[in-house]
Amino acid sequence: MIIKQLSVFLENKKGRLFAAADVLAKNNINIRALSLADTSEFGILRLIVDKPEEGKAVLSETGVVVRVTNVLGVSMADVPGGTLGALHLLADAGINVEYMYACVGQNTGKAIMVMQVSDLEVAEGVLRRGGFETVDIDHF
Amino acid sequence: MAFLNEKVETMPREELEKLQSERLCNQVRRCYENVECFRLRMDELGLRPEDIHGVEDLHRLPFSYKKDLRDYYPYGLFATPLKDVVRVHASSGTTGKRIVVGYTRNDLKLWDECVARVMVAAGVTAEDFVQVSFGYGFFTGGLGAHGGAELIGATVIPISSGNTANQIQTMIDFGSTVLCCTPSYAMYLAEEIERMGVKDQLKLRVGIFGAEPWSEDMRRQIEDKLGLKAYDIYGLSEVLGPGVSGECTEQAGMHVWEDHFLIEIIDPDTGAVLPHGETGELVFTSITKEAFPVIRYRTRDICSIIPEPCKCGRTHLRMRKPNGRTDDMLIIRGVNVFPSQIEEVLLKVSGGEITPNYQIVVDRVNNTDTFDVNVEMSENFFSDNIKEVEKLERYITEQLRSMLGIGAKVHLVNPKSIARSEGKAKRVIDKRKI
Repeated sequence: MIIKQLSVFLENKKGRLFAAADVLAKNNINIRALSLADTSEFGILRLIVDKPEEGKAVLSETGVVVRVTNVLGVSMADVPGGTLGALHLLADAGINVEYMYACVGQNTGKAIMVMQVSDLEVAEGVLRRGGFETVDIDHF
Repeated sequence: MAFLNEKVETMPREELEKLQSERLCNQVRRCYENVECFRLRMDELGLRPEDIHGVEDLHRLPFSYKKDLRDYYPYGLFATPLKDVVRVHASSGTTGKRIVVGYTRNDLKLWDECVARVMVAAGVTAEDFVQVSFGYGFFTGGLGAHGGAELIGATVIPISSGNTANQIQTMIDFGSTVLCCTPSYAMYLAEEIERMGVKDQLKLRVGIFGAEPWSEDMRRQIEDKLGLKAYDIYGLSEVLGPGVSGECTEQAGMHVWEDHFLIEIIDPDTGAVLPHGETGELVFTSITKEAFPVIRYRTRDICSIIPEPCKCGRTHLRMRKPNGRTDDMLIIRGVNVFPSQIEEVLLKVSGGEITPNYQIVVDRVNNTDTFDVNVEMSENFFSDNIKEVEKLERYITEQLRSMLGIGAKVHLVNPKSIARSEGKAKRVIDKRKI
């Protein structure tokens, strides 16, 4: 499934990450998965939360720049080499992976991969036809 | 006491003023006939060239402004046919468009003389090796100092700016005795020389420094570290370039070469001429320049005239070091920077939409100016992709460099993180203690 991710611009200053996590906690918004990309000058925090629209609103209020971006959630076996099959399919279809990060699904015990790719809809089709299950936020 | 042109430099005031009056009347007539901008302003005031009888009428003439150079870009203010112009120089305007000035052969001659007068007043002779570490090119510093030193008959080392290791090696190898550059670069060179422990291999004895503000404390430090006497030279492209005025060995104010340039200090708000000694905006009239003359040009520098005669015997008035601006111009590493130029770049980057909020932070670390531009991130700028954000940062940096000619460090910051007072963001934080 194509799911909504929050992307937050983080200035390279102490306490910025804490402030973002703090406001989510205070508003009872649960972070299901996250990744932090950083350069020497700034960072981008990527979050899967249970209530994305609410999450965006409360984060924006703190003065940070937030964008809702579409990503793909893919469920796969939590075993060595579990991602290989999916990556293989995408490579064969000529789809570029821009970034990805993983977490373990709440109920299923399966790994969930969050993927940003050059074409989300094509990627979803390719993965489904290859036997992978794409999941929504409830599965995290 | 050495002079380049003793007769003129020590001319009795009365005689000097007579010469000025004659030249001013001629210049006003020439400008009225050849420069549309000036003619229109005169007509507006109902003034005719023949109403101006001498320096006593100077205050009746209309002012001219930096904005005029933009409005009449590139050659609209030139008073001679372009075939008589033998060189142009350019410097930064208040926006992306630079300002252009021109020189006839006579103008270059008088420029050389003005710079040479400053150098001779500072003790430079034909025996000297003059290392010109001002930038050559559109900037008037390099070629200006170059011409003056050549006129004296000194040996010119035209190294231009930059590459500190090469500067120091050249000083040692070529036996440079005179150094021309910005005071902050002199300070930087001094510290490098100290670090390398090569001071005893230098022959420097005179420094001619200008193009940016500096303090007496800085002068003492430079003199001490480089083992030379440091002199201040002043100028601006619109009036001439370096050499409009300069210090003599008294090191007590800069003599304005009044046979070529009339100096006034005015109240920047009312335009009224202030008595000698009072602080206000510095205004120049060039009474001999041919290609690009200026009448009552508002420099925006805040300054004052020293009313007492100088011990050196020169009768030409001295001006103190300018100690501020009536506009928001910054001088960073000797380069003039206007916040409006940065605004223009950001407007372009944002695709003509709302200009993002920004703040310029200038500081001096290890005697070099640091120049940081903080730009507030916004949703239309932000992409989830690191490469895109880095590209944006790089793009702003490149655009600023090509607009200003010097490098700025760009930082993308959180929206609304730039402090605002009364709803208006403070655009410039200058932490330099000069």
